[in-house]
Amino acid sequence: MAKIVVLGAGVSGHTAVSYLRKGLSKEHEVVMVSPNSNYQWVPSNIWVGVGLMTPDQVKFKLAPIYKKMGVVYKQALGVSIHPEGDQETTSGYVTIKYVDGDKKGQEEKVTYDYLVNATGPKLNFEATEGLREHSNSVCTYGHAAHAWTNLEEAYKKMENGEKQTFLIGTGHGLATCQGAAFEYVLNIAFEIHKRKLSHLADIWWISNEYELGDFGMGGAFIKRNGYVTPTKIFTESILKEYGIRWIKRAAVQKLEKGKVYYENLRGEKHTKEFDFSMLIPGFAGVGITAIDKNGQDISDKVFAANTMMKVDADYTPKPYEEWKASDWPKIYQSSSYDNVYAAGIAFAPPHGMSKPMTSPNGTKIFPTPPRTGMPSGVIGKVVAENIIHQIKTGKKDHPHEASMATMGAACIVSAGYGLFKGKAAVMTVRPIVQDWEKYPKWGRNLSDTVGVVGTAGHWMKLFMHYMFLYKAKAKPFWWLIPE
Amino acid sequence: MSTQTRKNTKSKAITKPYSNMSYATEPGAFVRFTRWCMINQIYQFFRLNIKVMSIVLKGHS
Repeated sequence: MAKIVVLGAGVSGHTAVSYLRKGLSKEHEVVMVSPNSNYQWVPSNIWVGVGLMTPDQVKFKLAPIYKKMGVVYKQALGVSIHPEGDQETTSGYVTIKYVDGDKKGQEEKVTYDYLVNATGPKLNFEATEGLREHSNSVCTYGHAAHAWTNLEEAYKKMENGEKQTFLIGTGHGLATCQGAAFEYVLNIAFEIHKRKLSHLADIWWISNEYELGDFGMGGAFIKRNGYVTPTKIFTESILKEYGIRWIKRAAVQKLEKGKVYYENLRGEKHTKEFDFSMLIPGFAGVGITAIDKNGQDISDKVFAANTMMKVDADYTPKPYEEWKASDWPKIYQSSSYDNVYAAGIAFAPPHGMSKPMTSPNGTKIFPTPPRTGMPSGVIGKVVAENIIHQIKTGKKDHPHEASMATMGAACIVSAGYGLFKGKAAVMTVRPIVQDWEKYPKWGRNLSDTVGVVGTAGHWMKLFMHYMFLYKAKAKPFWWLIPE
Repeated sequence: MSTQTRKNTKSKAITKPYSNMSYATEPGAFVRFTRWCMINQIYQFFRLNIKVMSIVLKGHS
């Protein structure tokens, strides 16, 4: 009988495990290895960061859910992958280290017939000097709760008549997740306005984007009010409406208390002082290694330079002008081992979507590819479905595909919380990765690429919060909710 | 770094010509109204959900 091991209980891994358990009979074993004891609905961390939700509203304990599902759950960190086994066994296995409970610190070999690496990103604060110590983050519920504590202090100072400068954006020249930072700055501006403190707030957006609205996907074109408009215009308009000024084409290089040092694409070095900042760190792979049957480190073969796993993508180095939609993977199968897959943020993209830019000093300043929840969930589901197909039929083909160059995504950027006064910008793009061969004029299907701001967007984001938490808890008919 | 639109402490925002912000568009009163107008937003809620669903269904095999 088959044993499938999934590393990582984020959106992608948890989705994969849910569909695997649903699609396979009990004789097959489904194992989840994750160091986290909680599942978190990451899109709502923004609201934790502005004090409108508590951490308990965006997370839940994994153990009882996995027990209910019939999934073996090991609260442990994945240390190394041994896809060829070793001198004692030909079965592939992962070495894990328990992080909690009676087995804390103990290592274990967990064999597998199929492995899904869904380990997500390492938040690489260390890539920017001083970022961890002198800025805030909303990447996890814990970080977001801490950010709220600091933000509340800033509000109190303004209530006492003191001006405050807020600096929100990307904390590294190659950071992604501009969308999350963008949501955060809009929510801060909205909450400050609600408190009637706007006259004491100087709010700034700092980003590595060449133009605003890039969001790591090279920007997009949307039909609005009779025009086809680039997202640059759409994004600048929202920031202006909220009274937020901006610095673009910037690589944050160092932080000290109350001061950020950055370089722009012209090679100029600047500083910016602030009272409160939230800067998204760069991402890397979690650093899990790969070892062959002779004990040799083969991480270079299995992982890309950014320590994310190589899959069925075209990794041939090529200039931006030669990038193709077909470079992107479809089935997320390891390029080295047929029974290993990488889902969500854990797979190595073949290249970016935004054009690489370098300053005269050689500093790379451009967003790396975005990894939003929707494609992560879809990839997790498709990987699971292909594994289920292989187990049930004995065939080795992959009838299910989900290339980011064909699938679309919806991104709901909260711009203020409130059932009647809240709003959000709803953006849809299809495909996620621009395909200039298929859509030579706009890069994407224009009828599926939408940008709308309004209260309906806030209702959608709130609805999705409750809907996807319901799904993640494997409540009745959870599988009816599409990825 | 150029200064951009600022609020003066007394009343309305002022625009600094040739600043980044001065080139950005701003919604007029009607567009702002449509963002709160419940009838329009209820319609948008269903329209956008249908759009998102169709994108999900087209997206993967």
